[in-house]
Amino acid sequence: MPFTIKVNNVQYDVDVDGDIPLLWVLRDVLGMTGTKFGCGMALCGACTVHMNGTPIRSCITPIQSVGDASVTTIEAIGETPAGQKIQKAWLDLEVIQCGYCQSGQIMSASALLASNPNPSDSDIDAAMSGNICRCGTYVRIREAIKQAAQGSPASPQGI
Amino acid sequence: MLLQRIERESAETTKSGANLSRRNFLRVGAAAGGGLLLSFALPSLFTRTSASAAEGSFVPNGFIRIDQDGRISLTVPQVEMGQGTFTSFPMLLAEELEVELSQVEAEQAPPSEALYRNQLVGFQVTGGSTSIRAFYQPLRQAGATARTMLIAAAAGTWNVDPASCRAEKGSVIHTPTGRKLGYGALANKAATLPVPKDVTLKDPKDFKLVGTPAKRLDTPAKVNGKAVYGIDAKVPGMKFATLAACPVFGGKLKSVNDSKALAVKAVFQVVKLDDAVAVIAAHMGAAKKGLAALEIEWDEGPNAKLTTADIVADMAEVSKVEGVIALNRGDVAKALAGASQKLDAIYELPFLAHTTMEPINCTVDVRKDGCDVWVGTQVIGRAQAVAAQVTGLPPEKVVVHNHMLGGGFGRRLEVDFIARAVQIAKEVDGPVKIVWSREEDIQHDMYRPYFYDRLQAGLDADGMPVGWNHRICGSSIIARWAPPAFKDGFDFDTVDGAVEPPYSLPNMRVEYVRHEPPGIPTAFWRSVGPSHNIFVVESFIDELAAAAKKDPVEYRRALLGKSPRALAVLNLAAEKAGWGQVLPKGSGRGVSLQNVFGTYMAQVAEVDVAKDGSAKVKRITCALDCGIAINPNTIEAQVQSAIVYGLSAALYDQITLKDGRVEQSNFHDYRALRINEMPVIEVHVVQSSEAPGGMGEPGTCALPPAVTNAIFAATGVRLRKLPIDTSKLKT
Repeated sequence: MPFTIKVNNVQYDVDVDGDIPLLWVLRDVLGMTGTKFGCGMALCGACTVHMNGTPIRSCITPIQSVGDASVTTIEAIGETPAGQKIQKAWLDLEVIQCGYCQSGQIMSASALLASNPNPSDSDIDAAMSGNICRCGTYVRIREAIKQAAQGSPASPQGI
Repeated sequence: MLLQRIERESAETTKSGANLSRRNFLRVGAAAGGGLLLSFALPSLFTRTSASAAEGSFVPNGFIRIDQDGRISLTVPQVEMGQGTFTSFPMLLAEELEVELSQVEAEQAPPSEALYRNQLVGFQVTGGSTSIRAFYQPLRQAGATARTMLIAAAAGTWNVDPASCRAEKGSVIHTPTGRKLGYGALANKAATLPVPKDVTLKDPKDFKLVGTPAKRLDTPAKVNGKAVYGIDAKVPGMKFATLAACPVFGGKLKSVNDSKALAVKAVFQVVKLDDAVAVIAAHMGAAKKGLAALEIEWDEGPNAKLTTADIVADMAEVSKVEGVIALNRGDVAKALAGASQKLDAIYELPFLAHTTMEPINCTVDVRKDGCDVWVGTQVIGRAQAVAAQVTGLPPEKVVVHNHMLGGGFGRRLEVDFIARAVQIAKEVDGPVKIVWSREEDIQHDMYRPYFYDRLQAGLDADGMPVGWNHRICGSSIIARWAPPAFKDGFDFDTVDGAVEPPYSLPNMRVEYVRHEPPGIPTAFWRSVGPSHNIFVVESFIDELAAAAKKDPVEYRRALLGKSPRALAVLNLAAEKAGWGQVLPKGSGRGVSLQNVFGTYMAQVAEVDVAKDGSAKVKRITCALDCGIAINPNTIEAQVQSAIVYGLSAALYDQITLKDGRVEQSNFHDYRALRINEMPVIEVHVVQSSEAPGGMGEPGTCALPPAVTNAIFAATGVRLRKLPIDTSKLKT
């Protein structure tokens, strides 16, 4: 059945069954592979995208539930003020190791920062505990969210 | 793992650095299209064997190219999987070549058939924390050779003494006159000069880059979704597939009714193999839906009733008999017989899965005349070989396109999934991307072996150890993965971390009883052999200290007379952790100490145990001496990473079998530590000028015993089995 969805401010027509998760439409039908598959059960957060600014797990979101909501993915998060700050802090503090989960981490962190410009440690725990990182970059994820919130310029060498 | 070998190799290299510039190491010539090309043979695992086998031959696997426009590219056989190699290697080269780090671009080498002809040489591998350790000297040597030749080219152009010239930021400068020529302008001329026999390496105290916190070069593409992992490969006309393999290892496909699956929109085909079924579709969503619609009957085979308890019972039995002797020093039997106090213990560690964040996947295009494979692998040569084997094509007809790895941890040292993907792709017209669901990824992993170790020690009247016997029982991964290294019934990996503790133990024996579990494949897991041995040794040393009624740190100190580097990290960790300061009831500190992967490390864990038995790890203080620190920024990150990996396993994880099937299936029952569960982690690095040690793994094996020793301090309960069983800690 054909659906029209809006991703990163562009309309796309896709012809898939209504119960197909948004994740696979993004990755395999539209070719936007920045959004990652990790578990398929909303347990790891690798597939996080924004729907009208709210972080959701695209691996359990059927395409038929998207409607005319505005979907934002990692490919366009840098165009939002919060996303830009988060990306910069991620690079300044050298958060990333293998990087596979980081699309989801950045999407969750950007949504947090957009709704809460000054998150406390427990705010960070609540917003980020759904995102698993097997490289264990959590120490720097926390630091980077705080730096992005403060908007403090990083030293040239990062750490 | 294969590391003592490499240690010896690099120790010899360091002693006789000049040998490296001989014909077997490095060649220089003109690059195709102009410029200077240095080809060099970087050591691979088993280098010593291969060097003698290939005496006189030159098989380069690393290349430095200086173009006429001054661009410098470094091609290395290692892969980037988050550990920072693509930053550390260019640092070493840039340091000696006297260029900015930003001028060097790192590229990954394609598989080279020439490298794999010899079974012993054929391991183009990234693993075992070997990268920096094996390449530290050769990369510097290559950089210094290029620098010397570029200086000679400039000196020749100006007709001056090379000694009056210096290299700086990608140019050669004639110091007296200030004349200057860029490397790009000198590259062609340098390519015609003879290779200098001896070159001078920089004194480490003059390092400008090495030892500074350099930014990672591979990360900008990882914040905007542009980085391409294996799972992101895009091939025109590609289909998508997912699969179900027989849930019981060794079982077969009996029958499958695929009519409902084929009725799913966008499903093209169902592929039936001996022991698996795959659904081919226009996208993964349809493939998964199709797979769920299959009605499959399995012939579960001989392991249909297997449980973990069966395997453990078997190990308990076979480990009663003496094993192959890995180490026998002094007279253990006599020492134990004469001891004032004797201790016996059995330690057990579970099967573990890897759960890389990027689920296992592989994209394959099989044609009559060739095969292309798109994958992220730690062993690109083996990937090529296995695809050739399954297709029946000659290896040179198989092209492997390697990608960034969404985590390795040992999983991508295996090619089982590449073989499987090629089997499926053979039945499909055109390229197909095969993605394992997380459930399949966990239930068809190759697992860190179960270990069942028996320990005995005798103490003298002062409580100090006079005899030590450690009998290790478990699977040998080496015997399957690198058969030539499995000698006389034992392998050095399985006993690594057990045979060379930092302690002075005069009468010591380590035995190995090989036990291959039926129905469950085993493989390397982050921190390999030491992943089990350090838990056993550091827990048992703690038991000895307790039996001697001595402080665990004091007790270890007394055994470190011959190991000043171990003593230094122990003291530093204890001091920074506030060892000895009083903690509230229910809290405790525990320590671990090790020398593995060429790095000395001590960790102190601080743990709170609640009345319900739940254990909260509050703080980990880690001190380490990894020799020369190449990139401090990466070292801190790797230690944090390794600790999180070790803590996830220690607190939560085990793979268990029931009815021959792996019981765990996804992140709800095979957990990974989350941000809200993080302890404070402090990393303290001892300044050192020793040869560099590995950093990717030591933090993982050091963690669990520090935590269980802390639990003992808090509760008096000694945990000899992982993962931590909180029901034993209820008060």
